[in-house]
Amino acid sequence: MFVLVVGGGKVGYYLAKELLDSGHEVALMEKDPTRARQIADEIGSIVIPHDGCEGKYLGEAGSNRADVVAAVTGDDEDNLVICQMAKHHFDVPRTIARVNNPKNETLFRHLGVDELISPTRMILGSIEQDIPVHELLHLAALGEGELELIEAHLQAGSPAIGRAPRDLEIPEGCSLFAVIRGGVASPLRPDTVLREGDKVIAIGKQECEALLHGQLIGDPEAATSDAAAAG
Amino acid sequence: MKIVIVGCGRVGASAAELWDRAGHEVIVLDVSTRAFERLPSSFGGTADRGDGTDEDVLRRAGSEGADIFLALTEGDNRNVMAAQLAVEAFHVPQVIAKINDPVRAAAYAELGIATVCRTGLMVDAMNAHLGFPSSGLPGMLAPSGHHPGGAHHHDQDASPGDAHGASRASDPVPATAGPDKEA
Repeated sequence: MFVLVVGGGKVGYYLAKELLDSGHEVALMEKDPTRARQIADEIGSIVIPHDGCEGKYLGEAGSNRADVVAAVTGDDEDNLVICQMAKHHFDVPRTIARVNNPKNETLFRHLGVDELISPTRMILGSIEQDIPVHELLHLAALGEGELELIEAHLQAGSPAIGRAPRDLEIPEGCSLFAVIRGGVASPLRPDTVLREGDKVIAIGKQECEALLHGQLIGDPEAATSDAAAAG
Repeated sequence: MKIVIVGCGRVGASAAELWDRAGHEVIVLDVSTRAFERLPSSFGGTADRGDGTDEDVLRRAGSEGADIFLALTEGDNRNVMAAQLAVEAFHVPQVIAKINDPVRAAAYAELGIATVCRTGLMVDAMNAHLGFPSSGLPGMLAPSGHHPGGAHHHDQDASPGDAHGASRASDPVPATAGPDKEA
């Protein structure tokens, strides 16, 4: 497979290296000539010392025969343009963009970038899994990344305690389907009364998150002050 | 008309001054407040500091309900992203992105964004002055295709670039805003 990597920062450098090691054909575009030379010294003459945003150089780098273009610079607008040019101008079948600002994910996906890598979201995900706070826990992204598998740990102060799913305002396009109680998972029925310590598993669109948060976790500030009062 | 201009450089500031004087509601955005020194003290529009590629900043600045949106920063890609936000998130009917790379300028016109390319405009202005044939480089290009997001469909018969003699989907070579080569 021929992979064109644009951006020779740490991500681009290691990505190119890994791809080469697994036997792929790789070209790496890096606009800073000093950095480009440095990478070329380390991993060989696969480096094109030009700006991958510039249409002319993107063409010269062979993007019209690339199987994958991965835009991994530190600038979101550059990554967006590289992917759009690759896809629409050079007919590259698969484009991957690094998204540094999570706010841009929706736009990028909407504009046809095939795959998004969001370092911020990944790190956030890891932190959330390690340190459960008064937040919804993201377990996985499903489908095209629009759906999320979410866990809500019901702690004191949660408005859902003592109520059943049918009494809650569940946002449309969102489903509460399981409850973990005392380490045992069971399906969540409309009349299952929720208790403190329950873990509710839900699936839904990213947009539903705020509403779901309000229903299952409650107002974050109230929860914090509750915890402070208890401690 | 409500006009949002991202980038208060020479072009942005000149357009802002002109249209403000003509009675339009003009909002100028730039990441640097120093850029606003280019505006005359008589400027009656709004000048806001902010990143024009940030959807929230654009919303706060009043992009919703704008009639015209111009992305005129010095970065081609920033302009592309701001313009696409204007189309996708705010459904602004007239959006122009300044793209100085001719390849990108032509490509984004095909993707449904009107583009203005300084490279083509200047080369052909010189060609016209010197009596040389025009370059075929893009100048002011009307959108000739549909935007991939699909939120906005340009009516080609009413596209703004027509007034500038810009290209159509059927034109194999993009026309330019410069005078005709026969002229």
